[in-house]
Amino acid sequence: MARLTDANVSIAEEIIARYPRAKSALIPLLHLAQEQDGWVTDEAMRHIAELIGVTPAEVLGTGTFYEMFKFEPVGKYLINVCGTMSCALLGADDLMHAAEEELGIHEGGTTDDGMFTLHRAECQAACTEAPCLQVNYRFKFRATPVEVRQLISDLRSGRLDDEVPPHGTLARIRQHIPADRGVGAVDPADVTEPPAWISAASQGGAS
Amino acid sequence: MSEQLVEITVNGKTVSAKPGEMVIAAAERAGDFIPRFCYHPRMSSVGMCRQCLVEIDTGRGPMLQPSCMVPVAPGMTVDTQSETTKRAQEGILELLLANHPLDCPVCDKGGECPLQDQAFSHGPGESRYIEEKRHYEKPIEISSLIMLDRERCILCDRCTRFADEVAGDPLIHFVERGNATQVMTYPDEPFSSHFSGNTAQICPVGALTAKPYRFKARPWDLEQNNSTCTSCSVGCEISVHSSRDQVLRYQGIDNDDVNWGWLCDRGRFNFESIHAEGRIAEPLIKTADGHQAASWNSAMSITTDLLKGALESKGPSSIGVIGGARGTNEDAWAWAQLCSALGVDRHDPQLGDGMPAALLGMPRATIREMASASTVVLMAPDLKEELPVLYLRLRDAVVNGSTKIIEFTSTGSGLTRHAWRSVRHGAGDISTAVTETLAYAEVQAQLSSGPVVVIAGRSNLASSAELEFAAVQQLVASIDGATVLPALRRGNVVGALQAGLAPESPQHDSTSTLAAAAGGSIEVLVLLGCDPLADFPDRELAIAGLNGAGRVVSITGHMNASTVSADVVLPAAVMSEKAGSTTNLEGRVSSVSKKINTPGVARADWMIAVELADRLGSNLGVGSVEEISAQLASTGAEVGAVWSVPFELTSSETSVSSKGGYDIDLVVSRVMYDGGVATASSPSLAGLAQGRAVAVSPDVLEQLGISTGDMIRLVSERGSVELPVCRDDRLSRDTIWAAFGQPDRESGHGDVRALISSSAHVSRVRIERVS
Repeated sequence: MARLTDANVSIAEEIIARYPRAKSALIPLLHLAQEQDGWVTDEAMRHIAELIGVTPAEVLGTGTFYEMFKFEPVGKYLINVCGTMSCALLGADDLMHAAEEELGIHEGGTTDDGMFTLHRAECQAACTEAPCLQVNYRFKFRATPVEVRQLISDLRSGRLDDEVPPHGTLARIRQHIPADRGVGAVDPADVTEPPAWISAASQGGAS
Repeated sequence: MSEQLVEITVNGKTVSAKPGEMVIAAAERAGDFIPRFCYHPRMSSVGMCRQCLVEIDTGRGPMLQPSCMVPVAPGMTVDTQSETTKRAQEGILELLLANHPLDCPVCDKGGECPLQDQAFSHGPGESRYIEEKRHYEKPIEISSLIMLDRERCILCDRCTRFADEVAGDPLIHFVERGNATQVMTYPDEPFSSHFSGNTAQICPVGALTAKPYRFKARPWDLEQNNSTCTSCSVGCEISVHSSRDQVLRYQGIDNDDVNWGWLCDRGRFNFESIHAEGRIAEPLIKTADGHQAASWNSAMSITTDLLKGALESKGPSSIGVIGGARGTNEDAWAWAQLCSALGVDRHDPQLGDGMPAALLGMPRATIREMASASTVVLMAPDLKEELPVLYLRLRDAVVNGSTKIIEFTSTGSGLTRHAWRSVRHGAGDISTAVTETLAYAEVQAQLSSGPVVVIAGRSNLASSAELEFAAVQQLVASIDGATVLPALRRGNVVGALQAGLAPESPQHDSTSTLAAAAGGSIEVLVLLGCDPLADFPDRELAIAGLNGAGRVVSITGHMNASTVSADVVLPAAVMSEKAGSTTNLEGRVSSVSKKINTPGVARADWMIAVELADRLGSNLGVGSVEEISAQLASTGAEVGAVWSVPFELTSSETSVSSKGGYDIDLVVSRVMYDGGVATASSPSLAGLAQGRAVAVSPDVLEQLGISTGDMIRLVSERGSVELPVCRDDRLSRDTIWAAFGQPDRESGHGDVRALISSSAHVSRVRIERVS
């Protein structure tokens, strides 16, 4: 896989049309590319650059700022084990060891069959539920090593296909904004009126 | 806009600052230098490096703020020397140096490095950092001219900002984040900007270095002279750096009127040609065994005899002088005086590839006026390729100012994406395009909204200059108060034309002289630093002219195609080897300086003219470059002045012949890197010429059932050539484009000039498949 498929190009065009400046569609299009291939390929970045009229270097520069875009192949399931304070104190290492043993790979690696990639992540904002981990950014709270092994086996066998989509899929329902419901792509330079929330605020409320 | 100044206090002194000016600039004008890395006066402030933190009190007590991000405000108090400021700046420097390799002894920047200098002046003196430093692969090639050492980079954003904001080529960008942030290109897409050399100049550390200068010298061994770049007629101010009689680099100098400190890569790096192998060091006389070295005395005697013989046998009209646009004003003046002393009327500094001198007789504009015009009409070659720094200035006027561009073009250009309106016309329809465009109400409204500057030059070398000049005249006549910025190309073409080398009439221009030579009526043809065989658009006429001329005298710095068969070759000094002045396209006179000695016994062109005049019995009355400069100054050509002389406007009939079976317009124009001597004899640039090819629209490819890389045959009334084809989406199906003067990399790729006839207003071709 490489460039965006024809079906995805039409989705891309719809996304681009939402913005006054095509460049603004960069991040949504990177998500689209990641959804297509599981990671963002070089060819897809070139294609995005063509679609929104920037250089590939700008696409790469913007994309690599974001941790959740992967620029190298990752497994169908990306497991992020939290390693920050609360989770570390409550057994994150045990979870990691269980996952490593079950998958036969080291932290940071990907299984040979391309099913799993195992990472240690920084705080996932679920300290009250420590130790926690995420599979394709779906939480597993208060996990135990036994549960981790079970989780991996469920993912492997396909029992969780309905709950956990492959890496890259943000949501299984795609946003569609019919033309008559959208605000329209108005160039900020053409806007003369202050935005609604400013005029509302000036008519009272908090002073 | 309010002109009222803002008063602030800097270190107890009252300082007047312009509204909107940043504290760092106001303080610097007042003599208080605030250390900085990311701040650059010609780019937007970003506050990346934090080195310029100073205590600023705006009424709420002194606070540390980055002085490059804080505009002056009335009553502001700034302390650049307080204990708090000092500690903050020391802290920032310690952090910037934490990951910096401190490999100054082997770094090209050492000795002129802002990081090194400011670590001494504003740094803590020692580091508490004992951990392992960040490591990257040592210098990587981000283009064929620029190397990047990421370990040295302090992430100031100057190069990436330059590429994006100034050059408009954002091919380098920060990638990754946090500690892993680095400047990088896209994989396999090098930083091939026409302006990449500027990033090496503005890099405040040794992260970006230009290959032609790497490991050549230490800054403290360099001697410097201010001068002017004469690669094209923009006339950027430069500093020539040399060591041991070798020019090692050019650096741009910030000249408010012209280049703002920027240079293009061709101008910056073609100094290499000064020391090329093809330089001619002594006079050469053609004998049966080829060229033999001779003394100046014998070479000058022979040349004098040739000229005297021609004058006596056939009169001054049998002598032709072509060229002179590559020298100084003084060179051009001396040659013009020599011509006039001998009664020679055939002299022309342009090679049939410019515009009539009458262009300079139109009301003229300066670059500054162009940049503040409300409308700029482009009827010119692609500025990005031919006059690159003028492109930067105009791009800035559009992107950061309110100038709007109306462009007339057959092919599109580097400015098309910034153009308010880009009008596509067939090569022969330019006059119709002007009429139709000016009829639109919105165009009229735009043109009457403020000053209009027309940038006028030769956009198509396969069309006639008369055709394009007629359109310029039509345009200027139709727009009230429009002024013209001539987009003539060669370094000192305006100076040469104004110093007296302009032909009096079209019967004396280069085309007529070559035609006369081809007809056998030229006894002596003098080539003044030019190469008609490579540069004259009508190749067949150039060949016939050089073959038909009785004798050819070539005065040149480099061996070139036309010099190889010349009867007498006189070695000439090139730029940086002679002093004098030059005139840029707006008429601004600036000085060029002598920094190194000529190879062998080469001399400046003016010396040759003065001696020839003396030997021919008409002493010019000058003996030094200063005396000539004084003569020129008395006509207004004084360094610093904008110089113009009146030229009579001529008009000529320009009827375009019918198509007659050749239905595709041929457009030929120059690109930045070609086979010309300055590029071809600079090793770093020679490989950048794109090679011979012809660009066609995708429709044509489809129609012929061929794809990029296949060979096609182009046939015109003049001749035919075979060239590889490439796809260009900007072209219409009735237009093809080829770059002028490209070197022949693979034999069998024809020279597109074989299709051009100087007697036709438009060159039309038909395309045939090569089976």
